[in-house]
Amino acid sequence: MKKQKILDRLMGIVFRITATISIASVILILVFIVINSIPALREIGIFQFITGKTWAPTDTPASFGLLPMILGSIYVTAGAILIGVPLGLFTAIFMARFCPPKLYKFLKPLIDLLAGIPSIVYGFFGLVFIVPLVRTVLGGTGNSILTASILLGIMILPTIIGLSEAAIRAVPQSYYEGALSLGATHERAVFTLLLPAAKSGIFASVILGIGRAIGETMAVVMVAGNQARVPTGILNGVRTMTSSIVIEMGYAADLHRGALIASGLVLFVFILILNIAFSLLNTRKGA
Amino acid sequence: MADKYQIKDLDLFYGDFQALTDVNLNIEEKQITAFIGPSGCGKSTLLKTLNRMNDLVDGCRITGQVLLDGVDIYDNYDVNLLRKNVGMVFQKPNPFPMSIYDNIAYGPRTHGIRKKALLDDIVEESLRKAAIWDEVKDRLKRNALSVSGGQQQRICIARALAVEPEVLLMDEPTSALDPISTNKIEDLVLDLKKYYTIVIVTHNMQQATRISDATAFFLLGKIIEFDATSNLFSMPKDKRTEDYITGRFG
Amino acid sequence: MFHSKPKSTFYKAHPLSLLIKILVWASVCITAFVLLFIIAYIFIKGVPHFSLDFFSLKYNSNNVSVLPSIITTIYMILISLLTALPFGIGCAIYLTEYAKESRFVRYIRVTTETLSGIPSIVYGLFGMLFFVTYLKWGFSILAGSLTLAIMILPLIIRSAEEAIIAVDNTYREASYGLGASKLRTIFRIVLPAAISGIFAGVILAIGRIVGESAALIYTAGTVAKIPISGFDSARTLSVHMYALSSEGLNTDKAYATAVVLVALVILINFLANTITKKVGNK
Repeated sequence: MKKQKILDRLMGIVFRITATISIASVILILVFIVINSIPALREIGIFQFITGKTWAPTDTPASFGLLPMILGSIYVTAGAILIGVPLGLFTAIFMARFCPPKLYKFLKPLIDLLAGIPSIVYGFFGLVFIVPLVRTVLGGTGNSILTASILLGIMILPTIIGLSEAAIRAVPQSYYEGALSLGATHERAVFTLLLPAAKSGIFASVILGIGRAIGETMAVVMVAGNQARVPTGILNGVRTMTSSIVIEMGYAADLHRGALIASGLVLFVFILILNIAFSLLNTRKGA
Repeated sequence: MADKYQIKDLDLFYGDFQALTDVNLNIEEKQITAFIGPSGCGKSTLLKTLNRMNDLVDGCRITGQVLLDGVDIYDNYDVNLLRKNVGMVFQKPNPFPMSIYDNIAYGPRTHGIRKKALLDDIVEESLRKAAIWDEVKDRLKRNALSVSGGQQQRICIARALAVEPEVLLMDEPTSALDPISTNKIEDLVLDLKKYYTIVIVTHNMQQATRISDATAFFLLGKIIEFDATSNLFSMPKDKRTEDYITGRFG
Repeated sequence: MFHSKPKSTFYKAHPLSLLIKILVWASVCITAFVLLFIIAYIFIKGVPHFSLDFFSLKYNSNNVSVLPSIITTIYMILISLLTALPFGIGCAIYLTEYAKESRFVRYIRVTTETLSGIPSIVYGLFGMLFFVTYLKWGFSILAGSLTLAIMILPLIIRSAEEAIIAVDNTYREASYGLGASKLRTIFRIVLPAAISGIFAGVILAIGRIVGESAALIYTAGTVAKIPISGFDSARTLSVHMYALSSEGLNTDKAYATAVVLVALVILINFLANTITKKVGNK
């Protein structure tokens, strides 16, 4: 009996230790990326690094300005949101409030599948289909902000649809019935009552979508053109922070390598800000 | 007096289940008609056929006729117009998650009223009719969910009145409320009788005797007895009605 | 007999509602079309390029065999799961059976959320800096697998926690009532009851591992041979596909590899759905 108690206590401690795994991982990740960024950031200068417009790691003297990539990430993410959010939100509304049950049984697994397809497959599809399409219709090389935005817009659809649908479904049915009893049409009830009531969940889905788009790597690499300069139009090629790391890490050394890791750090900070925004939205919803 | 509703040979099914059988009923204008009966007897179901809220239930179908002012509301009738003319108050107060003002203005805005001054008038008049104006006039911009349950229910009544209905359907409107709030609502309903035809579902027989002019007693989807309230409660003609009102079942 | 669908004249009175209805239907049609199109396109272009030597044991630039990368993918799945599962389930047990709301628990939740938001390329960077360089493992299956293990942690923790919470409390009470210890209750009663929920999470985690490429290129490398030891560099299916499509020489094989990947994902989703439904029915 006593042995049992000791074992119980011991395993309690073991579980507690395993529970620290997330905390330990985040700390380890932060520490390693920060430590490896510091020398480069010190040499280049943080301000110069973030606002510099030229990225020429192999020139002499080399210059490391991340601004083109920061802008690149922001542009393609904004494009993805412009394309993915309206489409995804309307689809979520359909799934929650318009969809016949039989069609739902078909659509829901389809959208789950959309979430599961590897980014490399999306990237490849973008490369062999969307790039030539954009080239033929709009001219240019086809590798552009627009192409990347379309592809990312498709890729964030499941995130937007899933979370927004759940948020709309969570609105009490009594609101809907109340609106109908006043003579509102189905559409009016959904758009003037259910959507406003679900807005924090919908915003949360958009934030997660932004996170997904800004962090996406392989799909963007394959379609965006990857020129490290500040783009001037949506048919220009563009390079994101994520692509920059993938493309150059293979041959980078010394300061160049440090600068790439520091781009990872900047990306990480972007994601942390989005995470904080997301949890703020969630706690407000709970209150 | 004239009949507002005429219900003829109404049968209602949920899928294979028959919820209402052979209902024939006339509801008089500017009177209060009460539906009583044990739970599951079909009284709420019949109420919801009067403004076609049953349309929301999958697999619900009906045969027979429901005439409103002589026109069949199930035959090519604009259901939104119907619901504008037939207001409804629900069992649980269901104010929308917005300000008191916007709650009342929701209906009028739905039907195309945009002018601020006109909306202001409608909001005030509706709240006055629902006897809650004095309690909320200083906090019209406050969220409607922040007031008490009894006040919420009167806001819902005001919201229903704001679209100028002719009929008011009430589905056990006081069952979620305390006795004082219940009293206020009952007084209000009696007062509203001057302007509206009112149909009220209640499981509280005292309530039916206190406020209604006519009462229908339901059992297992059928109307067992329908009469002036005073008659039905003092000398019921059917044995089952007598059993129910003397508390022998239900 | 009355039918609940509005008559066609109905929307004449409500033009705005009609417009909205059209928009909503159009959106869902576009979404469904795009998705079906992507899958159909991949399959139609890819299936004809299947051949016997596509699956031969040895990779060379003639056959561009996927078999080595399939085997690597399986290794990767096994090692990642073996590492992540004990920690993930242990953490879930702690959160559900031991912890009270405390600052510690809040930190666990915040960091788990953070982990699930970190982009895979940042995981890749970390794996390269820590496992490959700092621990001097070099590009290796082990470095790749452990990077992925951290990446799937949030998924495992969340699904295990949900599955354990869903276990009926009367089970626990009955077990304690019989004098069983907490540990015995957890291992004999709670975990067996939660197993299918945990399994659904595992399947989703497998899906993430199969689909991952950005986190692996600089941790596991891109060698196209069947790995012998855990310290060998090797490429998974997704990385293989990246290599093929960026080289531009073997587009045919890239299509075929995409078919294998998409088929795997369909299978994984199907399995996860079946298990989740079973849990729901229980």
